[in-house]
Amino acid sequence: MKIKLEKRSPGTITTLYITFLSIILALGVSALIFESQGVNPLIAYKEIFVGAFGSVYGFSETVVKAIPLILCGVGLSIAFRAKIWNIGAEGQLLMGAVAATWIALNNNIPPNLKISLMFIVGFMCGAIWALIPGFLRAKLNANEVITTLMMNYIAMELVKYLVVGPWKGAGEWGFPQTSIFPKSAWIPTIAKTRIHYLTLIIAFSSTIFTYILFVRTKVGYEIKVVGDNPEAARYAGISHFKIVMLVMLLSGGLAGIAGVGEVAGIHHRLRPPEGISAGYGYTAIIVSWLGKLNPLGVIVASILFGGLLVGGDAIQVSLGLPSAVINIFNGAILTLILIGEYLANYKIKFEFRGG
Amino acid sequence: MFKGSNSHLWDDVSVGEIIIKMKGIVKKFPGVVANNHIDFEVRAGEIHALLGENGAGKTTLMNILYGIYRPDEGEIYVRGKRVKIKSPRDAISLGIGMVHQHFMLIQTHTVAENIALSLHTKFFLPTREVEKKIADLSNKYGLKIDPRARIWQLSTGEKQRVEILKALCMGAHVLILDEPTTVLTPEEVKELFKVLKCMVKEGKSVIFVTHKLDEAISISNRITVLRQGKVIATISANEANKRKLAKMMVGREVLFQIKKEENSSEVGSIILKVENLYALNDMGLPAVKGVSFDIREGEILGIAGVAGNGQKELIEVITGLRKASSGKVIIFGKDVTNKSPKEIDELGVAHIPEERVGVGIAPNMSVTENLILKCYRRPPFSKGPFLNKRYIDEYAEKLISEYKIATPSKSTPVKMLSGGNIQRLILAREMSRNPKLIIAAHPTYGLDIGATEQIRRLLLEHRSKGAAILLVSEDLEEVMTLSDRIAVMFQGKIIGPIPTSTVKIEDIGLMMAGETVVLQQR
Amino acid sequence: MNLESAIASLLYATLRAGTPLLLGTLGEVYAERSGVMNLGVEGMMIMGAVVAFGVSLSTKNVLLGILAAALIGGLLSLIHAFLSISLRANQVVSGIALTTLGLGVSSLIGRRYIGIPLPNPLSPLLLKPLTNIPVLGKSLFNQDIIVYMSIILAVILWLILFKTSIGIRIRSVGENPAAADAAGVNVFLIRYLCVFFGGVLSGIGGAYLSVAYFPSWREGMTMGMGWIVIGLTIFAMWNPLRAIVGAYLFGGIMALQFKLQPMGISPNLLAMLPYASTIVALLIGTSETMRKRIGAPLALGIPYEREEKTY
Repeated sequence: MKIKLEKRSPGTITTLYITFLSIILALGVSALIFESQGVNPLIAYKEIFVGAFGSVYGFSETVVKAIPLILCGVGLSIAFRAKIWNIGAEGQLLMGAVAATWIALNNNIPPNLKISLMFIVGFMCGAIWALIPGFLRAKLNANEVITTLMMNYIAMELVKYLVVGPWKGAGEWGFPQTSIFPKSAWIPTIAKTRIHYLTLIIAFSSTIFTYILFVRTKVGYEIKVVGDNPEAARYAGISHFKIVMLVMLLSGGLAGIAGVGEVAGIHHRLRPPEGISAGYGYTAIIVSWLGKLNPLGVIVASILFGGLLVGGDAIQVSLGLPSAVINIFNGAILTLILIGEYLANYKIKFEFRGG
Repeated sequence: MFKGSNSHLWDDVSVGEIIIKMKGIVKKFPGVVANNHIDFEVRAGEIHALLGENGAGKTTLMNILYGIYRPDEGEIYVRGKRVKIKSPRDAISLGIGMVHQHFMLIQTHTVAENIALSLHTKFFLPTREVEKKIADLSNKYGLKIDPRARIWQLSTGEKQRVEILKALCMGAHVLILDEPTTVLTPEEVKELFKVLKCMVKEGKSVIFVTHKLDEAISISNRITVLRQGKVIATISANEANKRKLAKMMVGREVLFQIKKEENSSEVGSIILKVENLYALNDMGLPAVKGVSFDIREGEILGIAGVAGNGQKELIEVITGLRKASSGKVIIFGKDVTNKSPKEIDELGVAHIPEERVGVGIAPNMSVTENLILKCYRRPPFSKGPFLNKRYIDEYAEKLISEYKIATPSKSTPVKMLSGGNIQRLILAREMSRNPKLIIAAHPTYGLDIGATEQIRRLLLEHRSKGAAILLVSEDLEEVMTLSDRIAVMFQGKIIGPIPTSTVKIEDIGLMMAGETVVLQQR
Repeated sequence: MNLESAIASLLYATLRAGTPLLLGTLGEVYAERSGVMNLGVEGMMIMGAVVAFGVSLSTKNVLLGILAAALIGGLLSLIHAFLSISLRANQVVSGIALTTLGLGVSSLIGRRYIGIPLPNPLSPLLLKPLTNIPVLGKSLFNQDIIVYMSIILAVILWLILFKTSIGIRIRSVGENPAAADAAGVNVFLIRYLCVFFGGVLSGIGGAYLSVAYFPSWREGMTMGMGWIVIGLTIFAMWNPLRAIVGAYLFGGIMALQFKLQPMGISPNLLAMLPYASTIVALLIGTSETMRKRIGAPLALGIPYEREEKTY
């Protein structure tokens, strides 16, 4: 018997089915890894699920974690469509947080303008942080994977420097953090949850914006062409420089807004990087890939990963596991998604000898 | 030292013995049966031409013999023994060598390194011994080459010599040449034929894959004609004539002439003017060295010449895809030198690119999306920042039917289309806006006769509508048939242009080799 | 501290800090020369670090630990190889998947090693009588064996890549896999081997951190070295000899970072140095590539497929 693989173009149902299967398998692989290290996977998974979806508060926390994932994920999907590998969402998010902190703690700015300004300047700072490597890529063809990644580390060090040094809060004793923001710089939340709904609204709007961008606009079309075949894009008169800068501006800016949300909606102060972002910028890469660079897919994937993060916090407390273990899921899911993508493109035919 | 073949396999071969036998070969690709129960055999000491038009299945059959593809059905016998050729390694060990249409050479490496790649050499400093072997074979068969030269420095003819040397070094007793003369000047073709005759005298065999009737007749002992994946006939070269072969290739009487209106008086004002143009290639070397010509309304200017003489760079400069180092490009009276492709396109210039897949389309995007690649910016395709979906869809449907683009639907990813249909799409896109200037680079390369005729007819139609057309092609017959005036590009310079009616095809051949004497006689 | 001993001390630290970078870069050079970008180096390094630590601790044998690290680096890289070569997946995404997985699994495994000292770290191998040379003696010739081996390895790898038949094959696969294939070279095998080799070296590089350089285990202790390696590969223009220059340059920057701290400059600002320098190194490598028109293997990052539709 011979197994033959025949190429085909997968339909939406097939894609969804295979994606779902990949996630299940990834959870299985992760379970094995946990088991090998003496952690009971069933208990771990139960904790995760209950923590993330088992109560209203739990679900609200899932939404809280999903907000920055949606923002970064949507932004990254724009960049990835152009095949510009922006791995720097984490740093862009942090720069948005820095910008928001500056505005929040600045006494010269009228209080009623603070929230709007935080979002605007946060977007701009995230965008600039992405435009630097974007420019290096567009003009000098410098590998953006490395440059955006390096900018992440630089941003992290910058935040560490600020909270330990010049921006350290006066009454904060030994804690490396800024003073708490004035109430005028607190993004309001829904009822008894931590959902900072203004950021959530921006997240949904950005999703709709991106959808329209790619389905209905000239610029969206140009981004797609650049991602598919940059030579054809040049031939068609599309400016590569313009597109690269644009996608970096958008993805960096959205990540910046995510940073604003975290710092002004959740923590109300600037803290060391790991206290602001649980690796949202990196998780967003997986979220956007899992969502197939499609805004709707990104939302669904964000809920899933938001839940995983909430669950991750839960098992960190109850099982004493370091928070970085959540990366096991991330890595396994991404790996299995890649395998799934390959299988989706082939129909398996079994050929019997003599047939 | 050189374990290139099972050398005992080839001891005591007698002339005329059947050394390769392919029986019942079937090979399918999505949507097409490339080889349909083909029987093909080769005798020792013969040059056997495999003749057929583009898409007939010749290259596929040879790729199977060389192990690049595996057949779905069928058997292969080498010297009577049944063999399974699963990769080029197997083919090489059986003494089968192949020189592909597109050279399989590593540009940045030297000749010696390229050849060493295929041989079982010693581990350390392998190039030394290879260089010696190259020198030996070079002298034996008349293939002059410098083993230390880097591939990107060589001319096309020299690169082909490297490929042949490579096959010989690997111990090839059967040499497959896939369309070897498309990239050669007439002089180089003569050289090649000398080498082949020399090889055959030594008892080796040559499979000569071609779509050119004259060559098949002049060089080979036997000719096998393929059409649409099937063998039509195998005859000896003595019994063959062009008409008979053409009929077998195409299945119907072929008109050797396409009717072209002679309307020399209708030619209008100058549309494109190129003045003393200089440009560098990707390696920074001069590729275009002082080219000047002009094209008027209603005329086709054909530039003949073997690829690699600067045609690609010339077209890129004219269409804004490459910077000129000096000189001018003037379109519709405007100086557009070094302007962006967008600006030049907006003037109403159509560009049919040489690399249809590499440059002309976005392969994963739909047929519809590719059809609007040049016009999406303009109303009514878009309004403000938004695309007008309904108009675009209707437009796509219109073009698909008008230009007979065969596609399952208008949202099919373009990479799923055949080469001919991709080119139809590109033509539909470029020509449907009635361009005043058309730059066509190798527009019928690799296409079947149906698509080729359609495209040539289209070009002539637009010519009668008053468009100025620059046609660059390696197909001499095509250039001569379609052009009003003809020029030849050789080593970055242009010879001509002169009216096509005043030249003979042999003259063009000389011009392609750099002979300007022809012109001076006019 | 007088100038002589300051320089000696800096040189000493430079060689040590540069060694994991050198190992990682040499491995990545081979992987990329064969046409595969391995962005999983960070994950392989950190897995190498934790495995080396754990095995060294339990077997009380540092060399076994390093061997185990080499093995785990290789195994992880095989996953990446499978995804990028056989499945022709996007190499950027695949590399990130491996790095993420590596970071996660290493922190899971490493939680029991936090704060535990290694009783028998790798000790220096004194090359007497060379140690008596002023300045250079104490800094260059009392390094441990991995430092010496990494330099020797770089030279050997250079010889192999440019002066042997295997080197021609590897480079051809990276420049034009179709041509190599047609010449009878097994493209997949060469790519798998080169990626595996790269993984092995990354694993050893990570091991060096946990059993020699610090030596200890901390979550995320590679601090982005794996990414710096990718930048250094471009700076080295895929040449093992030039990789030595790059690795020690960065080793020097990192060593300088620690030397300057006592002078009151914020450690965080200093910590930015290696990362900012990587961007500069990347730019240098990229622009030199463009100028000299030799550089990245032409087929780098592009998956190879043999049965392709011909147009």
